[in-house]
Amino acid sequence: MKFKSDAVALDATDLEILEVLQKNARQTYTAIGKSLGLAHSTVYDRIKRMELHGIIKEYTAVINVEKAGAKNIIAIMTIFTDPKESNKVAEKLCEAPQIVEVYTSLSEELLIIAKVVAENQESLHEFIASSVAPLPGVLRIRTSMITKKFKETRLSIANNPKRLTLIKEKHNKIGENKR
Amino acid sequence: MNEKMNSRTLRTLPREKAFYFFTSIGNYTGESAASLKEFMAKITEVNVKSLEFHFYRGDFEKWMAEVLEDKELAEQIGTFRKMSPIGENLKNGLYRILVRRCSKLRSAP
Repeated sequence: MKFKSDAVALDATDLEILEVLQKNARQTYTAIGKSLGLAHSTVYDRIKRMELHGIIKEYTAVINVEKAGAKNIIAIMTIFTDPKESNKVAEKLCEAPQIVEVYTSLSEELLIIAKVVAENQESLHEFIASSVAPLPGVLRIRTSMITKKFKETRLSIANNPKRLTLIKEKHNKIGENKR
Repeated sequence: MNEKMNSRTLRTLPREKAFYFFTSIGNYTGESAASLKEFMAKITEVNVKSLEFHFYRGDFEKWMAEVLEDKELAEQIGTFRKMSPIGENLKNGLYRILVRRCSKLRSAP
């Protein structure tokens, strides 16, 4: 069984490599190979292939912004839009550096959900009043300020239910061969 | 007061300079006003909570002084704030100030 991602088929070994990389992308090919029982050349080839096909987009540092001294407030904006203008509004929001995530959602009305970062409440309001409310197609906005974070994880291979099936199948096969 | 100033205050503004009515930080009602005339009409329509929010932050005065460029009107709103009006008293008081100002601007040479 293979898991297709934009026409590139990933097998259970690829997914295991991705999972290991998501936990720590600074490991050597040898270390990854050792933890998965693979030759380092296999790990190298598979990683290069996944980089080439854009499955691995980049290697980056995850910063604890609070420890780095930034005292920001985070808010979630729910923007009710005219369906004809919704994509344009979402694209415009993506251009603003204050906005860190933008999603569209279809409930009873077409909504845009965006996560916004601001220095304080006043600058948050100023940004929404001068840059979001005037966008053509914005019908109204509800903003909730985040007061406490209980969980935050990035989307991971480990969260993908298909990955569990693939890895289980792989280990079952290995078990059968050993018998 | 001259004719040029009057027409400036009574002009219709581009979308990005309009006044956008919020009920609290980041909560936009969907109502906006792009001229003094439209602002006057919206005062009677929007939730009084929105009027109270902007009135006590000084947003109305700021928009009138900086965008409509009518410092006299801004001062009148500021004076009215000292009376700490709320609810319908605030709505009616604001409306009266705006009606008076509009008729003065229109009748001035």
